[in-house]
Amino acid sequence: MTGTSVGLADVAGALALVAVAIGVSLWERARLEGEIAVAAARAFVQLTAVGFVIKFIFERDNLVYVFALVAVMVTVGTFTARRRARRVPGAFWALFTALTVAAGSTLGLVVALGVFDPKPRFLVPVGGIVIGNAMTASAVALNRLGDEVRARAREIEATLALGATATEAARPLIRASLRSGLIPLIDQTKTTGLVAFPGIMVGSLLAGADPVDAVRLQLVILYALLGAVSLSALTAMALTYRNFFTPAHQLRELPEDDG
Amino acid sequence: MAFELRDVTARRGGRPVLENLSAVLPDGASCVAGPSGAGKSTLLRLLNRLVDPDEGAVVYDGGDVRARDVLELRREVSLVPQLPALREGTVRDNVELGPRLAGRTADVERALTLAGLDASFAPRDATRLSVGEQQRVMLARALALEPRVLLLDEPTSALDPAARDAVERTLLDLRERLSLSYVLVTHDEAQAQRLADTVLHL
Repeated sequence: MTGTSVGLADVAGALALVAVAIGVSLWERARLEGEIAVAAARAFVQLTAVGFVIKFIFERDNLVYVFALVAVMVTVGTFTARRRARRVPGAFWALFTALTVAAGSTLGLVVALGVFDPKPRFLVPVGGIVIGNAMTASAVALNRLGDEVRARAREIEATLALGATATEAARPLIRASLRSGLIPLIDQTKTTGLVAFPGIMVGSLLAGADPVDAVRLQLVILYALLGAVSLSALTAMALTYRNFFTPAHQLRELPEDDG
Repeated sequence: MAFELRDVTARRGGRPVLENLSAVLPDGASCVAGPSGAGKSTLLRLLNRLVDPDEGAVVYDGGDVRARDVLELRREVSLVPQLPALREGTVRDNVELGPRLAGRTADVERALTLAGLDASFAPRDATRLSVGEQQRVMLARALALEPRVLLLDEPTSALDPAARDAVERTLLDLRERLSLSYVLVTHDEAQAQRLADTVLHL
């Protein structure tokens, strides 16, 4: 056994464990059978499709395709995050920029450090991890910002009334929103290896890498991730908070939903 | 004359709150009185440009308020909102805020004393004070800017009668000692009579 070759029969074998999950659901009348079946089927279809795309890109070994795939991931990530940041005006381009900054800075860094050769095999998975994390953190931060502005409108106006600029009046809200966007990743980084093995390390180990190498690789990714995700949450907020105010430092009248 | 409203219409959520209002609020003490929903708070917020009118103009000291530097205007014409909305931190942090943003140093003790508190409040956690004390800190915050005009939005509505009387005495005292003008919004006709020379009914 090489540990890297998995046949369709092996995948079908693993379905036995999905059957266990369905059995548990039926036994406990949790009514999750349908959802479990859908989840298993979606995972199969989505990952198979992505597999073909990645295989295509790896075989061409051309950075143009990496670029295109990263652009697609940034776009899908932007739409997904946008849905959670509905109450923030102008969120779309802010998120698009934020995710681009996160992906660009991380991929640039790992290549510049020489951790990876600039090849699709390395850049595609790292890009996916960064964009996924940046998407979550930016969406949480912006969602919180939209809530904070509404909940603390009186405090904001009271500060503006003292001759504060919009930036100064928004500062406590930006601080709170940044915290809620970043704390999950920080906590995850703190407990990494104790509660769950992170993905890159698991992947490297399964692929037969030396554990020390697997750990070092994971550390590079984790550190790059912390920086990139902080940068993306900050970018998303820096590009949107001013939209809550008029040029004359007045808090805009806010609709409940900005669509 | 301090303020003049020229044919002012202001809308909130598409609904007119003030319509074609023209009025003069002279220097000294004036009151804006009227039932709730009459647009009293909106009128006050027009005076230091927390909102702008949809039509018409607000004139202060002979010029349209929109022609002034908005931050300077708010430091000169300071608004104390109806309910306290202090920032997290100590009383001192809050009182220093306005002057610090303007690049000045604040006389925290003086502002607290003028607002009817004493210097011992300075190190206390602002958000843990009683509503009446918080409202006085809001007043001290505005006074720390040494404004020419105070805009007061129902400053006693959250207070019991004893605290209300004390705030009223403070205001009359401020007017006497600092020759400070104020525009006070109230739904209480008797209070309007007690505190103002001019009463504008909405």
